[in-house]
Amino acid sequence: MTATADATVVRPPPAKKGWTPARVGGALWVALWLVIAFLAVRLAVTEYSPAFYARYGPRILHGLLITVELVALSVSIGAAIAIPIAFARGSKNSIISGLAYSYVYFFRGTPLLAQTFLVYYGAGQFRETLEAAHMWWFFRDAFNCAVFTFALNTSAYQAEIFRGAIDSVPKGQTEAGEALGLSQWPIFNKIVAPQAMIIALRPLGNEIILMIKGSAIASIITVFDLMGETRLAFSRTYDFQVYLWAAVLYLSMVEILRRVWDRIEARLTRHLKRLGE
Amino acid sequence: MGELFGYLSFGADGWGDEIATGVWLTIRLALVTLPFGLVIGFFVALAKNSEEPLLKAAANVYTTIFRGLPELLTLFIVYYGGQIMLAQIASLFYDGYVEVSGFVAGVVALGVVFSAFASEVFLGALRGIGAGQYEAGYALGLTRAKTLRLIIVPQLIRLALPGLSNLWLVLLKDTSLVSVIALDDLLRKTNIVVGATKEPFFFYSVACLIYLTLSVISSLGINRINTWANRGQVHHP
Repeated sequence: MTATADATVVRPPPAKKGWTPARVGGALWVALWLVIAFLAVRLAVTEYSPAFYARYGPRILHGLLITVELVALSVSIGAAIAIPIAFARGSKNSIISGLAYSYVYFFRGTPLLAQTFLVYYGAGQFRETLEAAHMWWFFRDAFNCAVFTFALNTSAYQAEIFRGAIDSVPKGQTEAGEALGLSQWPIFNKIVAPQAMIIALRPLGNEIILMIKGSAIASIITVFDLMGETRLAFSRTYDFQVYLWAAVLYLSMVEILRRVWDRIEARLTRHLKRLGE
Repeated sequence: MGELFGYLSFGADGWGDEIATGVWLTIRLALVTLPFGLVIGFFVALAKNSEEPLLKAAANVYTTIFRGLPELLTLFIVYYGGQIMLAQIASLFYDGYVEVSGFVAGVVALGVVFSAFASEVFLGALRGIGAGQYEAGYALGLTRAKTLRLIIVPQLIRLALPGLSNLWLVLLKDTSLVSVIALDDLLRKTNIVVGATKEPFFFYSVACLIYLTLSVISSLGINRINTWANRGQVHHP
């Protein structure tokens, strides 16, 4: 503001200066985060012990690997199961669509933890039957039970995502394919699926994030994933920083996935961008 | 099979009453968490919608953390971290053992997770309300608080309801996590019953059916609220 400014010109009201309540609140809140970050760093420095890192560092990294494996297996097996279910949901046969609907409703309406217990402890109860069917080797292992449960669980969510994405492609697209004399499969494969994929991408990324977070549940049935190793280290050392490390690792996984997903989306939608945009 | 259902009877021989107390705790936990989550979520959304960069940044940190952490980890951090913190504070005043109530830890952990997700829902709803609505309020001489309460919030409820209903169903399922910190909810009661009867498949199935029933009942309730919230919407033929 210069001294020569003409006082008669009507100006927009000046921006509020000084400490408005919002600014005070924001500053306090940011200060709180800084204090928490400071305390966490101080904890890591003052309680630093090489023995602790030497002992639990590699175990926790191994746990991280198990978590990644668990999520990757569950999500991809889940996707394979989800596709037929998505089609069954849209089937004209009311028995098939009803069955698919109850499947989806069951897995979405009950807690993942309860489902995991049902499979893990339930399988133990049917040990003889499973042994006779040569399936006990699979259900004996907690990791397998976790993958089994998580895959079924995520397949229900993914089926809904696929169904919604396929339904959202306008009917005219299919009709155009038919008018060109294409048969059912190429219409789906070349016309509907690529467009549905773009719509399904974002919710699918969210579903994977939910699975990364949900996979922590596996630690309760004795799988030594990131959460399992963390709980073990805490129960032995009562050193709280191990939980903070786990938090950092989980947040990084989620953040990395989000970034990767943004890249994939940018690539899949590159034909929708205008030049120079 | 008949013997299995006999287990569910109430009284000395059956486990029905055990399970019922678990269901009651699950419902209480979810109902107590809901208002906290809604109120905090609403204010976090206001902060994210504000033009104040510090406030916005702080609120974004909040949602990034609590949406990205596994619910189970949040629960442990609140439960054990709370214990350590309270012990340190208490040690200034007296020598003794402090214990964090599992219920309170559950409410806090589930509440912050719920509020982080709810703030996104509220933010979306806030952005769905045009600036003209605020301006109309100010033009009538209403204060900011009154504009919010009388003009914005009633519209907000309608816009946010679908997202919030989803979050309620998620919350109902997430309550099962407190069984891990030894809080006697439906799932932990089921664990106890399974330990005594050695019938995991049957009782975990019963627990799943109870959770399903709770979400069906919730959906019915949500439909009624939805009708109520949309009562002002004119349906053009």
